[in-house]
Amino acid sequence: MNTRTSICIFLLSFLSLPAKAELSIQITQGIDNPIPIAVVPFALEGAGVLSEDVARIVINDLEQVGEFLSLSRSNMLSMPNEEREVFYRDWRILAQDYLLVGKINRASGSQLVQVQYEFFDVNRELKLAGEILTGSVAQLRDIGHAIANMVFEEVTGIPGAFTSQILYVVSDQVQGDEYNFRLEKADYDGARAQVLLESGEPIMSPSWSPDGLDVAYVSFETDLPRIYIQNIATGQRRQITNYPNINSSPVWSPDATKLAMVLSKDGSPDIYVQDLNTNQLMRVTDHPAIDTEPSWSSDGRSIVFMSDRTGQPQIYQIELGAPSYNVERLTYDCFQCMKARFLPDGVNLVHVRREARQNPNYQIAILNIETLRVITLTNTSLDESPSVAPNGSMIMYATKFNGRGVLDAVSIDGRVKFRLPSSQGDVREPAWSPFLN
Amino acid sequence: MGNQYNQFLRISLLVISMVTLAACSSTSEPEEVIEDNQAASSSSSNSASPSASSGSGQLTQEEIRAQNALRETIFYFDFDVAEFKPADRDTLTYHARDLAANPGKRVRLEGHADERGTREYNLALGERRANGVMNYFIVNGASRSQIEVVSYGEEQPAQNSSSEQAYTQNRRVEVVNR
Repeated sequence: MNTRTSICIFLLSFLSLPAKAELSIQITQGIDNPIPIAVVPFALEGAGVLSEDVARIVINDLEQVGEFLSLSRSNMLSMPNEEREVFYRDWRILAQDYLLVGKINRASGSQLVQVQYEFFDVNRELKLAGEILTGSVAQLRDIGHAIANMVFEEVTGIPGAFTSQILYVVSDQVQGDEYNFRLEKADYDGARAQVLLESGEPIMSPSWSPDGLDVAYVSFETDLPRIYIQNIATGQRRQITNYPNINSSPVWSPDATKLAMVLSKDGSPDIYVQDLNTNQLMRVTDHPAIDTEPSWSSDGRSIVFMSDRTGQPQIYQIELGAPSYNVERLTYDCFQCMKARFLPDGVNLVHVRREARQNPNYQIAILNIETLRVITLTNTSLDESPSVAPNGSMIMYATKFNGRGVLDAVSIDGRVKFRLPSSQGDVREPAWSPFLN
Repeated sequence: MGNQYNQFLRISLLVISMVTLAACSSTSEPEEVIEDNQAASSSSSNSASPSASSGSGQLTQEEIRAQNALRETIFYFDFDVAEFKPADRDTLTYHARDLAANPGKRVRLEGHADERGTREYNLALGERRANGVMNYFIVNGASRSQIEVVSYGEEQPAQNSSSEQAYTQNRRVEVVNR
């Protein structure tokens, strides 16, 4: 602890080095009556073999979120690849509601592929969608995720979030209280992980810019917690804050012009907002207790935060520009309520909840601030850092499994769960991206 | 309202500090510590100067007590509690007097929390703990400029496991010489 000389910061994002520990998905809880769907293997027209099985990627996506159950390939009566080969009775007999077929065209020696897919409603004998997507061989996963988005939206009416990504922090114990910290980015399912930053000092609180091009985080690389913004594509980064004491919890405003943050330069941690163009700093809360964990309302007019001003952490809301004492308390019925953020509806508040002093469990819950109804979504004991998918359908959070930090996800109705266990290190602080183009 | 509360807090802190200072000066022990430390450091740096208390190189009881206290650099805290344990008061007093006696000395107070509760809250709790130690040092004669405070929250546990035993080891403030 005395010597803090081994601070090594590597910027690796532009090199696209793969991360050491891959996360691989496991479905831990599905629903009772999933929608039956048949996804026929996509035929390859042209030379060679492909590294990715596009139909399998679509199946994994759809089953992951628990709403769908795909038909096993060995049970298929036919293997159509386009509309004229489809016989609806083959799929009705197998009690399938939906059918996806497709084919991939690759000119010999070319890195470009054309993926054609068609999607059918078996009961109505109707083609619902179809299109040709073009990309490089390396983008086959993206194309698979895009097709899954389309299927999900056609069936549920909600845009799919399968092309979204996640940020998270990994920590590996080197020895004693020495750790190696990494900020990583991956597909939402943990695939294609990349290291964005590596350090011998802690990295905390990653968050996405609204356009998904930049990340903000806290790094202790100078021995002190300071806020940085880094461009994902170029790896370029700049230090945003250098105030005394704690600088933490950076969160972009919905219009991307400001960064909410926590500073304790004036004594105790309070919420501040920094204008990213003028660098002007505005103090939002002013209280000798701990105020932290800011999150913006979707209209950008108010900030939800946690404060222990009554002795234990509870959730509060304040309008920007209002006097600092003019806060509204949102939670009353828990021993500790923390790390809150509104779902896009502005009524349901996702948070970390410890029900009672004698109950040591921290769980992810949703509070409807109008009806005051609380739904607890998880049943593990050290759940934290909930982050909502861009389509509002799922929440990813950090928990412990077999003594290790892992990322879990749960649907907002609590029915479906999946896990991204890591092969190495403690994984935590997931941040789900906005919709990416 | 916030300002009035701040004002109240400042005044109460001031009163507490004055009471604590008064309590300290009424017992002669800490002052002896300063003299002993000075004597000890001057005798070690300059062998020609005579040392009243330990001419034969023998340390007094008080010097031994001070040295042992300064070797204790990790202080543990109860769950969700920001104040150090009363049992650590004497040891921390020796640390404070050591800083007061050696104005050139600098320490870094590193605050830590266990993993329960959210990371941001634990970062704040770690700072609250370290600030508590800092304020005690200042009240007992150290200068603010000698002390740097940093909180690591739950990011650097001394024991990386989820047990009560690990938690007691992880809720701590470390005094690190700079």
